[in-house]
Amino acid sequence: MKARERPYPPGSYDVVVVGSGPGGLQTAYYLARSGIRRFAVLSRDDEPGGMFRRFPVFQRLISWTKPQAPVERGSREYEWYDHNSLLGEEPDHRSLMPSFMDRSFDVPAREEMEAALRAFVERTALQIRYDCTLARARRDEHELVLETSDGEYRCRVAVFALGVTEAWLPPLPGIDHARHYVDTGRPSDYDGKRVIIIGKRNSGFELAQGLLPWAKQLTLISPRPVQTAVLALSALRVRYLQPYDEYVRGGSGTYVLDAAIERIERLEGGFRVHVEGTTWTGKLELDGDEVIVATGFRTPLEPLAELEIATVADGRIPAQTPFWESISAPGVYFAGNATQGSSGMKKHGAAANSTSVNGFRYNARALVQHISAKHFGIDPPRPTLRRDDVVRFLLGELARAPELWIQKGYLARAVRFDSDGIHDDGIVPLAHFVDAAGPNAAAAAVEVDADGKIVPVLYVRRDGHVDEHPLAPHPLHAFDNAEQEAELASRLQPLLG
Amino acid sequence: MATETRTVVETLAQLTLFADLTRPQLEEVAHTVGEELFAEGQRVLRQGMQGGGLFLILDGEAEVVIDGDKRARLGRGEFFGEIAALTGDAPTADVVAMTLLRCLTVSGPELEQFLLDHPPVMLRMLKAEARRVRSANA
Repeated sequence: MKARERPYPPGSYDVVVVGSGPGGLQTAYYLARSGIRRFAVLSRDDEPGGMFRRFPVFQRLISWTKPQAPVERGSREYEWYDHNSLLGEEPDHRSLMPSFMDRSFDVPAREEMEAALRAFVERTALQIRYDCTLARARRDEHELVLETSDGEYRCRVAVFALGVTEAWLPPLPGIDHARHYVDTGRPSDYDGKRVIIIGKRNSGFELAQGLLPWAKQLTLISPRPVQTAVLALSALRVRYLQPYDEYVRGGSGTYVLDAAIERIERLEGGFRVHVEGTTWTGKLELDGDEVIVATGFRTPLEPLAELEIATVADGRIPAQTPFWESISAPGVYFAGNATQGSSGMKKHGAAANSTSVNGFRYNARALVQHISAKHFGIDPPRPTLRRDDVVRFLLGELARAPELWIQKGYLARAVRFDSDGIHDDGIVPLAHFVDAAGPNAAAAAVEVDADGKIVPVLYVRRDGHVDEHPLAPHPLHAFDNAEQEAELASRLQPLLG
Repeated sequence: MATETRTVVETLAQLTLFADLTRPQLEEVAHTVGEELFAEGQRVLRQGMQGGGLFLILDGEAEVVIDGDKRARLGRGEFFGEIAALTGDAPTADVVAMTLLRCLTVSGPELEQFLLDHPPVMLRMLKAEARRVRSANA
């Protein structure tokens, strides 16, 4: 690699971003347009791309990008059809993913995704200090201090986009004998072998399906029954469900067991896994040539130990406020996949799409606006809305806003009714709108109800009290018809006067 | 955080609600339920708003607030939100975290099936509801 000028030398900054995967890049992109002057972007890698430089093991992503769509590529509406491109303010920065796809599938391959992210960095001229590894973060009075392989960075605010791809191993006796998903290696290594996979979520089934042409026997084990409804929402549903399908049909050689793992025993030339049934009674000993643990991933929080980051999910994910700030460490924010640690309202159990690019790209944009306003007094533009336009504006958002449709029940379009007029308050976390005090305002969200139906919902905050008004759904999801317009207008009447 | 040295399974094993479950069943439950951590002052359950679920306190304290009036404090092992989740109505109270609050969660749409799948948990919950009715009538 040719020698290049390394930006962002150690020193004092307003904001430091750590990470050059999609979460870090999207955050850096909006920081560069935020008005915050002194910011730095650091990465331990030597190229952008984050997890997509290595994963998924079997190469195919699970989120779609449709090169052809009913709306124009590069438009805001097109973001709904392209779940893998980062967001851009200029046309040249948008919708980069489709042009890198060979179109054998409507979901990109890993290397196509990596190429699109690299192109994003080139076209947007994002500066990143590569080969700069965070060793330790600590607090020094009002500053955060990031000690790196290049020296010390001091900042008021840090954004960690560290990914969620470190191996997480449950505390099971003998687990150290097994290899984790991240160390799967080549499929051909499993030729003619009996393979036991611990885990029955996406990564477990990704491995199982990928190894079907190689292994002579496959057994998937975990305590909980297969969540077929969850797997069915993956763009690779047909492939992921194939090993399960083989088992359900009774074909020998592929098994899907609901069992708790007691221990993993190393034998000469193989392994024995001792299990006890969870949905059936009894114990089994399973012999295999290889054991792969697909029990999930975690954020690498070790360098942040001194900041005492509170976590959920057995220490895997940092717990965050609605604006993605650590709930225990002020000034410490997260971006990218780790933003799943800000769970939002989860109405009827519906989770946000913060674990994938399609969702966390919007989180990153809202995060930068929040940091700019809260820590640096830079308010985002709040365009004035004419009184007569408010209903149509919110209806249009309910019908078409990609932020609302992708981050259902999580991000909302807010409009505030100030004494000096009505203002578009931008895209905000719904939990923040509902729980925080504020002026009279309305927020529009797209949600999934208790029956799984997609519904438009209006929230009205008046004199400090927030009310929820679900609007009528529509079989074609056409949320801007006359019925909804009339209902929305009547619900907004108290604010519009 | 001290609580994180315990696994979810170990935490569940110490709670009355799950006292009748075997270790493999506890593991299955640990893989089924969610876990959320709330900052002090954060709302967990929202009065009058649809879409809640069952919350069981693993660590910390919460306050029940109805129309702005503080009614009760809840602590470790206590649960809330299940009545609204089972009847499909909106909760009749706010529940607000008074400390850092760690909760196990089961969403509304999943709660009924969760209880049917774990009859000993359903019975324990029924007994707890019966005690609440009795003390409310006392």
